[in-house]
Amino acid sequence: MSKMLEINGISKTFFPGTANAKKAIENFSMTLEAGDFVTLIGSNGAGKSTLFNAIAGVYYPDNGKIFLDGKDITFLPEYKRSSQIGRMFQDPVAGTAPHMTIEENLALAYLRSVKGANPFMTITKKDKAFFKEKLAELGLGLEDRLTMPVGLLSGGQRQALTLLMATLVTPKLLLLDEHTAALDPATAEKVLELTRKIVAENKITCMMVTHNITNALELGNRTMMMHGGSVAFELTDAERKNMTVEQLLKLFKEKTSTALDTDRILFS
Amino acid sequence: MSLTVLQGAVEQGLIYSLVALALYISYRTLDIADLTTDGTFALGAACSAIFTANGHPVLGLVMAIAGGAVAGFVTAFLQTTFGVLPILAGIITMTGLYSINLMVMGNKANLPILKADNVFTYAERVFGAGFGKLILALVIVAIISAALVWFLRTRTGLSLRATGDNRSMVSASSINPALMTTLGLCLANALTALSGGLIAQYQKFSDATLGTGMVVIGLASLIIGEVFIGRKSVLRGVLAAVLGGVIYRIIIAAALSAKVNANNLKLISAVIVAVAICYPAVRAKLAFYRMRKGGAAK
Repeated sequence: MSKMLEINGISKTFFPGTANAKKAIENFSMTLEAGDFVTLIGSNGAGKSTLFNAIAGVYYPDNGKIFLDGKDITFLPEYKRSSQIGRMFQDPVAGTAPHMTIEENLALAYLRSVKGANPFMTITKKDKAFFKEKLAELGLGLEDRLTMPVGLLSGGQRQALTLLMATLVTPKLLLLDEHTAALDPATAEKVLELTRKIVAENKITCMMVTHNITNALELGNRTMMMHGGSVAFELTDAERKNMTVEQLLKLFKEKTSTALDTDRILFS
Repeated sequence: MSLTVLQGAVEQGLIYSLVALALYISYRTLDIADLTTDGTFALGAACSAIFTANGHPVLGLVMAIAGGAVAGFVTAFLQTTFGVLPILAGIITMTGLYSINLMVMGNKANLPILKADNVFTYAERVFGAGFGKLILALVIVAIISAALVWFLRTRTGLSLRATGDNRSMVSASSINPALMTTLGLCLANALTALSGGLIAQYQKFSDATLGTGMVVIGLASLIIGEVFIGRKSVLRGVLAAVLGGVIYRIIIAAALSAKVNANNLKLISAVIVAVAICYPAVRAKLAFYRMRKGGAAK
């Protein structure tokens, strides 16, 4: 096993030096082995999204270092690291170009990092066959609609397509930021199932933020609870296997002496 | 309208359609209303005229293209590096270009090149006096349109389109949005300047105010073309720009034949653009009123 992601004591304060200064993450460290799938939970403002944004390069940490596969990426611009980091957001609209066709969207994801890429390559017949095959694996019937504008798809279909785009060329790291939160329960379940399948098949190192504690305990091999910008506790192996939602909430109360804001937490 | 007038309108329309193609890149694809267009058109005309006057019409067009690309780069640089609002960035460049255009023309407001040979007189010698200009204009526009359709389907072209379509997705897909904006604006303004350069040689005359209102005229052409062809695909969008450019010039020629005062033409263009751009909102409002009325009746 090798270290895929290593975060060394990063901190990020928004609006420093003003009355609104907010420490979003504080001296945060973690390591992901290749193939690790960690689920992140925590209240609003715990720092989950800030952590993701720092890893993805949306903003740079005030201090600390981030290494991806042994390479220092702390200050690498967002667009440069995104060829190795796949990302999905809560909003199904965020990950695709609505006026471009399914085929063109997939090509954007594919042509960026395929071997021997050059700026003027176009979609070949072989690419199309590959896209069709991959779309068929989603089981949504999208393989017959390659030339349809993505804007006409439903939220669930768009999110499934985004997942496919993020993993079409296997990324070193996949960041899922509540990617099923905006979907209806049945569709969310389907997209989660696809996530589980694709991540397992390609052995992708993955981090997933969720507000659904049941999902957090079921998916992946590690669960991390964040609070106030750092890790409150982490569950692995047997401890994680035997954990129930009630126990987890109790544990959170003990560790942080606050109750988890359960308004957004679903424990279906 | 006589056949000669119609042919002239088609020739001019083809040349002006390069501006519509430029706006297809900047306005439709990148979603930027690029006001540099006005200045760039006159810049292209000025570069082309001064070189033509000195016996180098082809080099004049090359310089026009290069000048246009530089102008586009300045606008893009202001936007991407310093975060200047796109419209304001265009206005700043356009205003600066006014002085530069005068400088290029030797500090004269206009530059007649009546006696100098130009690309259209070359074409008349090769293809005959009757259709020489038309053939040259057709060939240039056909080559550029085909190249543009091809380019917008390449990896870079797809990235350019995605930048205008969903910016948040673009940086998450390892595309540099600043680079794409710069590339698009350089390309668009190079085309606009080429159009200006060709017009200067076509009418054997360049003027510092040649570009005034060009962005609106280009948009009007684009929108007219889209009424007929739509813009569902890149091919349709490009064809719409060319067809729209030609139809617009035919409308203008018809208006002039009908003795409409030439001073009113810009007003007509502005009205066409305003109506076309407001149309979707008006339709949505009408649909809402109809729905509300229908709901009350039940």
